[in-house]
Amino acid sequence: MSVELDVFVVNTTIMDEEVYQLWLDGYTVNDAVKVRMEGGVLEGCEASAEVLHSDTMDQYRTFQMCERLLHSPVKLANQLLFQIPPHRQVMLIERYYAFDSVFVREVLGKKLSKGTKKDLDDVSAKTGVTLKSCRRQFDNFKRVFKVVEELKGPLVENIRQHFLLSDKLARDYAAIVFFANNRFETGKKKLHYLTFQDFAFCAGQLISNWTVGALGDYNMVEDMDVDLEKEFLQDLKELKILITDRDLLDQHKSLVCTALRGKTKAFNEMEANFKNLSRGLVNIAAKLTNTKEVRDFFIDLVEKFIEPCRSDKWTAGDMRLYLTHYTNSAHVLDTFKHQVVWDRYMGVIKSCILKMYHD
Amino acid sequence: MPGKLKAKIVAGRHLPVMDRASDLTDAFVEVKFGNTTFKTDVFPKSLNPQWNSEWFKFEVDDEDLQDEPLQITVLDHDTYSANDAIGKVYIDIDPLLSCEAATVISGWLPIYDTIHGIRGEINVLVKVDLFNDLNRFRQSSCGVKFFCTTSIPRCYRVALVHGFVEELVVNEDPEYQWIDRIRTPRASNEARQRLISLMSGELQRKIGLKVLEMGGNAVVGYLQCFDLEGESGLVVRAIGTACTLDKLSPGTDSKEPVFSEDPPHSLSGPPTPLRTLPSSSPPPFSPSKPCSRQSSSSDTDLSLTPRIGKTSPASSPSPPLSAPFLIPTQKLTEFPIFTLTCFPPGFLVHVGGVVSTRSVKLLDRIHNPDEPETRDAWWEEIRQEIKSHAKALGCHAVVGYSESTSICEEVCILSASGTAAMLNPRFMREGCLDTGGSDHRLSRQPHPGMVGSERGEGEVSSTWLGFEDASPPSCGFVHIPYDEFNMPFPAQLTYCYHCRRQKVPDVLFTTIDLPAEAEVTGKGCLIQARLCRTKKKAQGEVNATSISNLLPFMEYELHTQLMNKLKLRSMNALFGLRIQISVGENMLLGLASATGVYLSALPAPGGIQIAGKTPSDLSYDQHISTMQKRIDDTIAKNKELYNIHPPECIEEVVGSPIPDRQRSSRLFRSTSESSDELSELDLSHGKKDAFVLEIDDTDAVEDIQSLLTDAPIPAGFYSCNTEVMPGIHNWTSGLQMFTSVRVYRLSNANLTNQGLNKIFTDLCENLLKSLYFKLRSMIPCCLCHLNFTVAVPEEELIQVRGHTYLSTPLLLWSGENEEQLQFSMELCGESTISNNQPTAKPSAPSVDYGSFADRCSTWLELLRLKAHTIRRGSVKTISSSERCSPLPEGRSRSLRSTRSLPCGAPVTVVKMTPLSFLPGTRIVKYLGIINMFFIRETTSLREEGGVSGFLHSFIAEVFAMVRAHVAALGGNALVSYSMKECVFMENPNKNQAQCLINVSGDAVIFIRESDQEAIPPLLTSRQTSSTGADGTT
Repeated sequence: MSVELDVFVVNTTIMDEEVYQLWLDGYTVNDAVKVRMEGGVLEGCEASAEVLHSDTMDQYRTFQMCERLLHSPVKLANQLLFQIPPHRQVMLIERYYAFDSVFVREVLGKKLSKGTKKDLDDVSAKTGVTLKSCRRQFDNFKRVFKVVEELKGPLVENIRQHFLLSDKLARDYAAIVFFANNRFETGKKKLHYLTFQDFAFCAGQLISNWTVGALGDYNMVEDMDVDLEKEFLQDLKELKILITDRDLLDQHKSLVCTALRGKTKAFNEMEANFKNLSRGLVNIAAKLTNTKEVRDFFIDLVEKFIEPCRSDKWTAGDMRLYLTHYTNSAHVLDTFKHQVVWDRYMGVIKSCILKMYHD
Repeated sequence: MPGKLKAKIVAGRHLPVMDRASDLTDAFVEVKFGNTTFKTDVFPKSLNPQWNSEWFKFEVDDEDLQDEPLQITVLDHDTYSANDAIGKVYIDIDPLLSCEAATVISGWLPIYDTIHGIRGEINVLVKVDLFNDLNRFRQSSCGVKFFCTTSIPRCYRVALVHGFVEELVVNEDPEYQWIDRIRTPRASNEARQRLISLMSGELQRKIGLKVLEMGGNAVVGYLQCFDLEGESGLVVRAIGTACTLDKLSPGTDSKEPVFSEDPPHSLSGPPTPLRTLPSSSPPPFSPSKPCSRQSSSSDTDLSLTPRIGKTSPASSPSPPLSAPFLIPTQKLTEFPIFTLTCFPPGFLVHVGGVVSTRSVKLLDRIHNPDEPETRDAWWEEIRQEIKSHAKALGCHAVVGYSESTSICEEVCILSASGTAAMLNPRFMREGCLDTGGSDHRLSRQPHPGMVGSERGEGEVSSTWLGFEDASPPSCGFVHIPYDEFNMPFPAQLTYCYHCRRQKVPDVLFTTIDLPAEAEVTGKGCLIQARLCRTKKKAQGEVNATSISNLLPFMEYELHTQLMNKLKLRSMNALFGLRIQISVGENMLLGLASATGVYLSALPAPGGIQIAGKTPSDLSYDQHISTMQKRIDDTIAKNKELYNIHPPECIEEVVGSPIPDRQRSSRLFRSTSESSDELSELDLSHGKKDAFVLEIDDTDAVEDIQSLLTDAPIPAGFYSCNTEVMPGIHNWTSGLQMFTSVRVYRLSNANLTNQGLNKIFTDLCENLLKSLYFKLRSMIPCCLCHLNFTVAVPEEELIQVRGHTYLSTPLLLWSGENEEQLQFSMELCGESTISNNQPTAKPSAPSVDYGSFADRCSTWLELLRLKAHTIRRGSVKTISSSERCSPLPEGRSRSLRSTRSLPCGAPVTVVKMTPLSFLPGTRIVKYLGIINMFFIRETTSLREEGGVSGFLHSFIAEVFAMVRAHVAALGGNALVSYSMKECVFMENPNKNQAQCLINVSGDAVIFIRESDQEAIPPLLTSRQTSSTGADGTT
């Protein structure tokens, strides 16, 4: 005797969050049953494994049918097929669009293309995330990317409205889209210590300060939140004067050193390294007009600034102190005319470095 | 008379991509009614077209309005080739034809295609202007309200019950017409859907006409069924109860809530000319007269005793009240049959027991759509049979009546069952009840007519007054309606444990819901009996004969199982009994479900005792005694579980008056041959009756085993198949409805009856376990209206379907489930002969439970099997009495008023429930009946996730369409929902499957009631009713 057909349909769709998670994680029905058994669902119930299997199948089927709707979450709210209470809808969407940070770390900055998708089995093997789950996450990234690509208006807001995500998740997606669009390099060994959240934070900084949208003018360009503002990047070249003009460089150094003296144990190293560090940061700025260099933005930050500091054993406090004075002192330089660009640049650099400066 | 139907197509959304090149669709809409078609403009290149059409107007006869659906077809315009159909929407106009129902249909409706399922939604507006012609009711039956609900709808009260209405329409099944060979599956499915829609409309109209003739304005308990007879055609039949309903105005209903709260007086108002009478007339339960007659006529010995209790049977109707109606006119309605299962207090006077009939017919091969007479005659015969069964029980009416069929190839089992009862004629239209019938007691009744006359009989009135005090009306319905010394079947009678005046049987089986006034000890529970019987594969008459021969045994055995399980749970009454016998090619399946309760007015059930056949063997004895111990333990455990602790003192008191007849009632296995000898054993233990199980062969041992292996219900769950769970009153408004379908395939070739039984039982148990598991997060909760249906949709499949309503009593929620089980069994054996397993279709059984003879007649020989004319004594019928139990609370609550509809969500939340009410809410308006029939077919079964995926999405789609139609009518719930048909066929080799589903229910608007408001009304209504009763005395 075998079960040929086994269906359970409810008027108001019931979903077990645990099973949903297992489904999202790409477990097969049998594996999911195993996990549930080990989790002790059956305790206190008279149910057998058979019952559990049937329940799991039902739920998996429901999820599969819902999946199509989850691809355009707005539809989920006004579709008629499943009657799902609003708070449940929110949960379904939020979980569906949630991703594993290990996974996202692997694809962050990569082109969301078919080629990348083909390599997902490697990613799966490397991260331990099931291939099915990898594909779902990848497709989510791609879907969000495609939708917001063509939209005007602020990136985060667009994502939130079109995918009904929470603010936090929408910001993360904005970061992913931003990284994918600019193809920032994140996979180099030196960057491995950085988490997705580090990058997401940096992306948030870049989006809100360096893009066209950052100026608050939302009517002009299409991708204003996704691309860095060209004009600003041009202006950054002007900052070179800080390192090319010897007087300016010396003046800057003495201002910073005066302010720092006695306030930190790493003072000597700071003083010794000032010129190198300053050159590093300014050179990064100057090179950003080149798209290729933009991709190396993070690796440059690490190589040119963070690593030297780390080898000198700066503390996070040292870093903050240094960057603050480094930024502010430039204002006092009377021959330095590019205060606005400097602030816009350093504001982001400072917060990015502070975020990235950890082990 | 003509009316004007107006339709406007507003917009579409989520349309499928029809043009691959552009990924868009050029959609337009055809609106068709009768032979008239209108089209909208093409809305190019959009998946969300905005047509905003003009109003399309159809000027049509209202007859057509009733028969025809409005057909909306969405198409994709194609310049070069034929336009592609995207899908259709059928809209039943009927709800718009009654001024009290919906006024407009407006909203998003799913566009449905029989091959692809739901493909987007369309927003439409539909209105009807009926010309205000007084004559219009003559031509058609517009305005007659239909309710699936088997109780009086909540915002109405019943002025008069007219009686049984039935109608039947026959047609050829398009699926079997020659043209089907050349048309596409889609065209064939659509032809079928449309035909059934037309036939349902026609049927409803014809029934409406009958109702108007009778002078009624509504049909309650409307039950429509399809018989897919294959080549011999398609039968659509319906039964219902014609009533005159008065709408309760919002203002008044707080005082006299629903009729159910309302004692008869208010109801009797309209019919009785003697309006003043009610106050002086006796309450319905304690009809003085009948008592007197009774005592004088039949039981002389009893009459000596002061307790005239006996009187009950005939007495029921307090004749004086509605004198005019009582007059025994001889023009009786043909069938004193009622499809209602739930009645206003006082309506039900006595309950006799379950009556049922089955008949095996061979479907005629020659089809003649214009002459449905054959089928009419079949049903008529069955109803006559039912009627005569009821008479034999001393009852003049049958309530909780239903009919069903099970078809396998050319064999068809017709079944009908109901509960014999005495009704209070106050509610009846003249002549509706067969009061003049065989029962002499009844025939006498009529004469006195008036209050005065009853008073005249001194003796009567005094006795009557005497027991008035002692017996509150609540126990009246359990008192036996038949003559104690001329009982239709052996039964043990005792005096009512409640009033001590009148006789009650030891066990009562009924098909109705537990009356609100019944007093229950402890809680109720679902009791199921399951049975499989193999039969030889055969053709034609031989087949029909062998089936008829098997039926009585099956019914007997199902009955035995029910009885044993009832005893095991220490209960003494079954409500909502539903037995289906499904026929397959080489197997018959029987499934009986009911809700067991302990009625306080009935005697406590005895234990179960096991008797071995060969007492000599020592080890055998030991075996028996361990088994006995297990049984005793189980009984004790169940008493605890269901909280059944009847006061001990009562038993003692009662002990003496019980006639010594009360020996142990024995239940013998039908297979046992030695019953005679055994009957001599006195197996009673203690002063209670013991129920003896004889173990005479291995079968019996297994039966007992299976009795004991019924899995216990997990803590926190309750289940029943009636509307409310006896013994639980604190319902919450959370609910959930589900449908579950299972199909099993049997793999071993030569199964014995025992083997099959075991499998079948396991299937049912597993399904229940599965439900409990799935719903574990909702405990404490109650599965109400749990409804199983068994079928064998194809040769090798057995399908079981069930509906459940789940509601949580104690805490937060209640849900509702509809469940559908399906199994399939396949014999793998190679022998072609035994190969087909049965195709059992859900059939409604009409077993007489307990009391009657069943009969089966083959079409050919009109052979009647008097299988058991007399069921073993145990199965009786009858009733118990009590005071008002708190049960009704859940319901009465729903009467309360409040305003403001819920729903702010983009999609209106529509609740669906098989119950006739929603706990914690009040139904303010009935919008009309929903009766929809869908076919879904696929030729890419694997791609749709196999059979489970296919059916899962189809059922989800059906739910979605039902919800959308309810919402379009302006409603927010569907009550009395049922999935009457779910026929599933597959051909995995061809990667194909087809499924037909028929659902129905009443669209309503409900409002939540605030908690504070909920209580007072209840109290007041109680009070009024009780004072009312007092007044009448």
